[in-house]
Amino acid sequence: MKFAIQVNEGPYNHEATVSALNFTKAALEAGHEIFRVFFYHDGVNNGTRFTSPPQDDIHITNNWSELAAKHELDLVVCVAAAQRRGIVDEGEQERQGKDGNNIAPGFRISGLGQLVEAGIQSERLVVFGD
Amino acid sequence: MSETKKFMYINRKAPYGTIYAWESLEVVLIGAAFEQDVSVAFVDDGIYQLCKDQDTTGLGIKNFSATYRALGDYDVNKLYIEKESLDARGLTLDDLMPLKYEDENDDWAEKDSIHVVSSQELAELFEQSDVLFNF
Repeated sequence: MKFAIQVNEGPYNHEATVSALNFTKAALEAGHEIFRVFFYHDGVNNGTRFTSPPQDDIHITNNWSELAAKHELDLVVCVAAAQRRGIVDEGEQERQGKDGNNIAPGFRISGLGQLVEAGIQSERLVVFGD
Repeated sequence: MSETKKFMYINRKAPYGTIYAWESLEVVLIGAAFEQDVSVAFVDDGIYQLCKDQDTTGLGIKNFSATYRALGDYDVNKLYIEKESLDARGLTLDDLMPLKYEDENDDWAEKDSIHVVSSQELAELFEQSDVLFNF
């Protein structure tokens, strides 16, 4: 089965992010394909490498990055949602004239069309959030 | 990308308490460019998104209600309102914006985009959809 995943909530604030992570891991381990993980609303906050939770807590962003490296996952952060919430890659840094960027390894910033395309290309779109 | 799917956007939340409604509308507008078969449902507090005379002056945040009027121009003209959600909130169709579209297959006649449906009918529409976007 080819899945697309949509993550609508921020890490730590909401269990949706860890549920999405666990679902994605389980689907890959079961031999399914993850076409794309799309981060929307506060979900874009999963994609900052400046995250530094206490050592005895799960590092959600690093988990995504490691999963992406291992399985060549496409982790896409919505550009409009990211601009509102200060998630920046090198391209956005240049376009918006910011003094730095914070995108985590394995994530990329792109448009909402990527979510719509994921809905078209996948057999199931699974949405995590309220 | 030539395949056409039945897209259903489900709006469940009031327009200004959280950003879900506005960012959902952004997906609908972007998605319209992909020429899919699009429907939009409004249930629970989501029906407040279509209320008339929205005024956010006191809130100090952007009033985006006028954007719903543009949906018809994007060929998004199947808007389903759950009757039970209307009734539970003491609202009727008269409380909602009269959203219209021009039907190119009927000499551009102006028609209502909004359809009030029962919970059961909405469940059937969900069942017939290929992709459910849940906001």
